[in-house]
Amino acid sequence: MKILVAVKRVVDYAVKVRVRPDRTGIETANVKMSMNPFCEIAVEEALRLREAGAAAEVVAATIGPAHSADTLRTALAMGADRAVHVLHDPDPVRPLLPLAVAKILRAVALQEKPGLVILGKQAIDDDCNQTGQMLAGLLQWPQGTFASKVLLDKEKQKATVEREVDGGIETICLDLPAVITTDLRLNQPRYATLPNIMKAKSKVIKKVTPEELNVDIRSDMEVIEVNEPPKRKAGIILSSVDELLDKLKNEARVL
Amino acid sequence: ASTLVVAEHEGGFVKPSSLSALAAAEAIAKENKISVLLGGSGPALHKAADHAASSHPLVSEVLLADSEALAHPLAEPWAELLHSVQQKGGYSHVIASSTSFGKNLLPRAAALLDVSPVTDVTAIKEPRIFVRPIYAGNALCTVKYTGEDPCMMSVRSTSFSPNTEAMSETKVAPITQVDLSFLSEGKSKWVNLTSQDTERPDLANARAVVTGGRGLKSAENFKLLEQLAEKLGAAVGATRAAVDAGYVPNDLQVGQTGKIVAPELYMAFGVSGAIQHLAGMRDSKVIVAVNKDADAPIFQVADYGLVADLFEVLDELLKKIPDKK
Repeated sequence: MKILVAVKRVVDYAVKVRVRPDRTGIETANVKMSMNPFCEIAVEEALRLREAGAAAEVVAATIGPAHSADTLRTALAMGADRAVHVLHDPDPVRPLLPLAVAKILRAVALQEKPGLVILGKQAIDDDCNQTGQMLAGLLQWPQGTFASKVLLDKEKQKATVEREVDGGIETICLDLPAVITTDLRLNQPRYATLPNIMKAKSKVIKKVTPEELNVDIRSDMEVIEVNEPPKRKAGIILSSVDELLDKLKNEARVL
Repeated sequence: ASTLVVAEHEGGFVKPSSLSALAAAEAIAKENKISVLLGGSGPALHKAADHAASSHPLVSEVLLADSEALAHPLAEPWAELLHSVQQKGGYSHVIASSTSFGKNLLPRAAALLDVSPVTDVTAIKEPRIFVRPIYAGNALCTVKYTGEDPCMMSVRSTSFSPNTEAMSETKVAPITQVDLSFLSEGKSKWVNLTSQDTERPDLANARAVVTGGRGLKSAENFKLLEQLAEKLGAAVGATRAAVDAGYVPNDLQVGQTGKIVAPELYMAFGVSGAIQHLAGMRDSKVIVAVNKDADAPIFQVADYGLVADLFEVLDELLKKIPDKK
C-alpha cells in the first residue's frame, strides 16, 4: 500500500508575524519558512506506518511556487520516497483556497492510488482546517480528522483512528482507502539527519501544473484587507493576593 | 436571506454553541429566515427539536433528521444530509459553529456542494463579508465570498452571544421530518467516546476559566486548580504543554488548535503565554496571570499580574475566596 502525504510551506511557527502596512497581508519578505507543523506530523505518521510494514511507499505532495520544493525536500529528508510538486504562483488577493487544493490533491490521489492520504488538520497560516475533509468528500472516502492515534489493519483494510474532539477522545473505524488529518499528539516528528538530507537530494520530485491535472482552481474568496487584532494593553503588576482580590471585586467586578 | 443552521444538541437541548450560530444568522440579516437542522435519534432529539423551535424569533422551521446513522457525529452521513437539505432548501447561507463537529462536517459538505466555506468567522460585516482570524489570531482577515449559494461558514461561538431575551415563549416554529432515504451504507463506523465526566461548566461557555500551564508540574497539582475552579464556578483549562506532559486530558486545551474561550474572567497559573495559547484566550474580558517569571509574555496581555510562586498564590486564594453560594 502507498501513503500520500500533503505538505504545506508556511511561515515558521516561531516567527512573530507582522501585518504589512498596506494591509494586503502579512510580511513574508525575509521571514523564515518551514513545513507546517501538522504536516510534519503527517509525514512522520506515514513513515512510521511504512516502517511498521503497513505501507510500502510514502509519497509527499505540495502545491505552491518554486520555493515550495524546499518543503518537499524536507519531507524527503525525513524519509519520504518521492514527491509531487504541483506548481502554482500565489495571488495575495485571491489565494488558493482549500477547495482548490483538495481538487488538486484528488487528481494526484487518482493518479497515485494511495490506500491512505494523511494531511495536517490545519495549516498555521490561514488556520482553515478544511482541506482533508474536502478531499475525503471529493473522493467519497471516509475521513478520520484530528487524529491522535492511528492503527492500520492490513488484512481487513481498515484504519482505527482516535480523534481529539471537544468532549474527549472519539474512536472511529474507517474502510480503506481513507483520509486522515493529524492532531498535535499523534507523534513527535523526527529531525532529518545530515546523511538523509544528502540522500534526499537525489530523490525524485515530479513537477506538474494544475492545468496538466485538469483542475479548476478558481477562487470564490477575495481578501479585502488584513489588519492587526486590537491590542490588549498590558495591565498592572500587583504585589499581593489581597490586592488581586480587591481589584477583581471592586475594579473588574468579576468576583 | 435564508439560512440553514446546523445545530448540535445534548440532553434534550440545543447546545449553547448552536445558539451562538443562530445569533450569527441574525447578524447576517434581520429579516433572515432561519431553518434549524437537528439530527440524531431517540427521545432527546425530539425534545431538542422542541427547544430549537422556540430558540429564536427568526427560526421559521426545524428540520428533524431522525436516524440511527446520525446518532453519532460521523462526517459521511452528516455531509450527505447537509448536501441533500441544501439542495432542497436552496439556502443563501449555511452556518455551523466551530466545534469539533462543525469543523469535521462543514468542509466535507461544502466540497460536495462545490463551494468554499469560511472558517471561524468572528464578525459579519455584510451578508457576504466576514472577518476571521489567521496566523493564530495574530492577524484579522476580512474576506468577501464571491461564489455561488450557499455561502457556508463556521462561526466562533465566543464572538456571537446568544440573545437570550429573543427566546420566544409564544412563537414556535413547525418541526418537519427530513426524508433520509438517500442515506447510504457508510464506510466509517463509530466505536466510542471516552470523556471525563465533570460537574464543572463547559470550558467553551464558562463565565470563568482557571488555566494551568507547565508550571503546575503534575496532574496532582491540577487538583488545586480544580478546587479554585469549584469556588469560582469556573471551568478548568490547560496549555498544550500541560496536556502534552499528561497532566490533563486533551479536551481541556485552550489555544489555536484547542478550544477558544472568552470568559468574563481568565486566570492563568504557570502559563508562559505562547502565541498559540494566547490565540485561544485573548478575547477574555479580564485576564489574570500568575507566574514566577516576570518576563513571561502572558503578562503582556494580562490585566492583572502577580509575579509570584503559583502554589503560594493558589494556597492563599483557596483560603481567602469563600465557597460558592
